[in-house]
Formats: sequence, structure tokens, C-alpha cells
Amino acid sequence: MNVFDFSLALFFTSVLAGFLGAMTGLGGGVVIVPALCLLFKVDLHYALGASLVSVIATSSGAAAAYVREGYSNIRIGMFLEVATTLGALLGAYLTAKVSGNWIGVIFGLVLLYSAWTSVHKLDDQPRRGKPDALALRLNLRGSYPVDGGREEYVADHVPAAFGIMFGAGTLSGLLGIGSGAVKVLAMDEAMKLPFKVSTTTSNFMIGVTAAASAGIYLSHGYILPSLAMPVVLGVLAGSLIGSRALAQAPVRSIRLAFVVVIVALGAEMIYNGMTGRL
Amino acid sequence: MAEDREHGLEMAMGRMLQIGVTVSALVVLAGGILYLLQSGGAKPDYAHFQGAPAAASTVGGIVGGALHMDARSVIGLGILLLIATPICRVIFGVVGFAVMRDKFYTAVSVVVLAILLYSFVAHR
Repeated sequence: MNVFDFSLALFFTSVLAGFLGAMTGLGGGVVIVPALCLLFKVDLHYALGASLVSVIATSSGAAAAYVREGYSNIRIGMFLEVATTLGALLGAYLTAKVSGNWIGVIFGLVLLYSAWTSVHKLDDQPRRGKPDALALRLNLRGSYPVDGGREEYVADHVPAAFGIMFGAGTLSGLLGIGSGAVKVLAMDEAMKLPFKVSTTTSNFMIGVTAAASAGIYLSHGYILPSLAMPVVLGVLAGSLIGSRALAQAPVRSIRLAFVVVIVALGAEMIYNGMTGRL
Repeated sequence: MAEDREHGLEMAMGRMLQIGVTVSALVVLAGGILYLLQSGGAKPDYAHFQGAPAAASTVGGIVGGALHMDARSVIGLGILLLIATPICRVIFGVVGFAVMRDKFYTAVSVVVLAILLYSFVAHR
């Protein structure tokens, strides 16, 4: 295959990944790495590099809209970014130490978990009676727009959320993904934030988390410009189309189709990792 | 008053992110067109890891190569701008919280910025 055909095939695959990623809220990164490794036979570390760059592009693009609509909580995001960026440094450091086969197995497990969260939609959690004292002291609170008015909230279980965020950052650095599913878990299940706040604040944090790994990825030579180019442009275009379509299309059938794809890719990553092919 | 400033910071961050992503994507696209025109036609070997060349893996190499219109360095420059976009957003946070006289969150933003910059000097 010549370079032109290869770039074009990669571009259209990335458009599809970005489209499905935006439709399901999982981001394009979770599909790009397995697609590059399994379909295009690209080395795992090059795939991680191309995916990480596309993650920064899509999350920054989406965050630009959410932050202006007043859903993302800048304080909570910035506070938790201390944990995710430290985790990302650890994760990026580990990519050079852990074997590709192990990374493949962990990647597959994260794919299966993401598929599960995408079907099993989280509901807004019932709140405890008393607001968290630590959250009040750190000003981890806010309000968000609800039918014309604004509703107040205070974060809960701050230390637990901080710990989960460190884990989310480590996975992001190790796997070249945004790990939005784990970030939403910390903010939704532990901090008990409203769903709209946790998903948009998660998105807000993904770009900064990925940027913390990017310096290390760059110096390790994981980011190949010629490979990253069609991937970044494709995922970005796909996620733009996806978020527009999200407003009108019946999402359920597309979400289910995507879940089947993710489960298949996850299983194949685990199989390839266990049989030593990555 | 305080809420106005907070909203102002949100709007500034949103606009900055949008401009950052648009400019980087355009630079990557320009580099990509240049790359497809310059390349001989054969696909590079992506199946075996050798690491990106210096013209694409160090800030100095990328900027130097881009000045000579080396296609891979131009794409690399777009990628650098993309990585700089969230870092710039954290700098907006440092300034914004300082203006709001929120000492704790100014400090939090400085810590995040320090971690981000560390990632570029570590592991030489």
C-alpha cells in the first residue's frame, strides 16, 4: 500500500472512530489504538502516540463549548488535575517499562469496562444529608443551569475521588487514552456530582491530563507525525460530526452497535496480549 | 461581581481552547499536504518501533525543521501547538484565579502547570 492510500484509509477509519466516540461519550481514543494495532498492524507504541494526540484535540474542542455553557466546574477540574497529571506522568513512564503484551491486556480490560459503563448508564446519585466539610473548605461546589434556573451542588468523598483520579491519570498515560469512563466514575459515584457536571468536567480535564503524558511520549519518540496526521484530523472531523448528530439522531441503536465493536476489540486485544503478539 | 469574573474566565478559556485547536489542526493539515507531496510514495515502516527522528521528537528539532519546511516537522509543530493548548488553559487559570484573589486555586493551578512543564524536561 502506498503512503497516500494508507493515509486515506487511516483518515476514514479515524473519522468513524471520532464519530462513534462522540456519540457514546467514550472518546475516539479507545477505538484508535486497537484499530491501528489490529487492522493496520502498527507498532503499539506508535499507536499510543497517535491516539494521545487525537485525545488532546477532541477533548479541547469539546471542552471549548461546555465550559462556555457553564456546565464544567473549573475549580473541581483544576483541583483533580493535580491527581490526574501526576498519574499521567507515572503512566507515561510505565509505557517504556511494561511489555507491550501487558499494555494490550490492560487496554482490553479498560475497553470491556468502558463498554459496560456505556450500556449501564449512571443515574444521579442520592446525596448524603450533611455536605462534605473538606469540600466546603476547598470550595469544591458550584451551580449549573437547569430549566431556566440554576441548581447548587457540593462535592462529596473528596479523598476517594482524588485517589480514583490518580488511577484514571495513570491509565491515560499508560494507554494513550482520555480514560473518561474512570473520571466520570470518580465524579459521579464518589463526588456525587450531577451527571451533566461530571461528564463535562471530565472532558475539561482530559486535555490537560493527556498533555502531561505528551512531553514524555514525545521524547520517547512515540509520536510519529506522518502517522498522527491522518488520525488527528480524522478523529477531530468525526467527533465534530458526531456531536452535531447527537442532537437529532436516535442514539440507542448506534450506541449498542458501538458497544459490540468495543467488546470485540477488547477481547482481541486481550487475546493478542496473552499470546504475545503485541 | 465575583460570578461575573468567574464567567469571564470560563468564556476566555473556551475561546482560547477553540482557537488553539483550530490553529493546530490547520498547521497539521498544511504539514500533511506537504508530506504527501514530498514523500516518494512508499509507506514508512510502522510495524517495528524505531522511535521518531529528532526532527519530530524534540522541541528544538521540530521548530528547526519547520523553518526549513520539512513536512514532518511542520506536522510536529501543529502537534506541539495542540499540546500547548491545554497548557495555555492552565496558565489562564493561574492568572484568572490570581485576579479573583483566590489564593488556594492560584496555587493549585501553579502546581498543575509545574507538573505539565516537568513532563517536558524529564527523561532526557
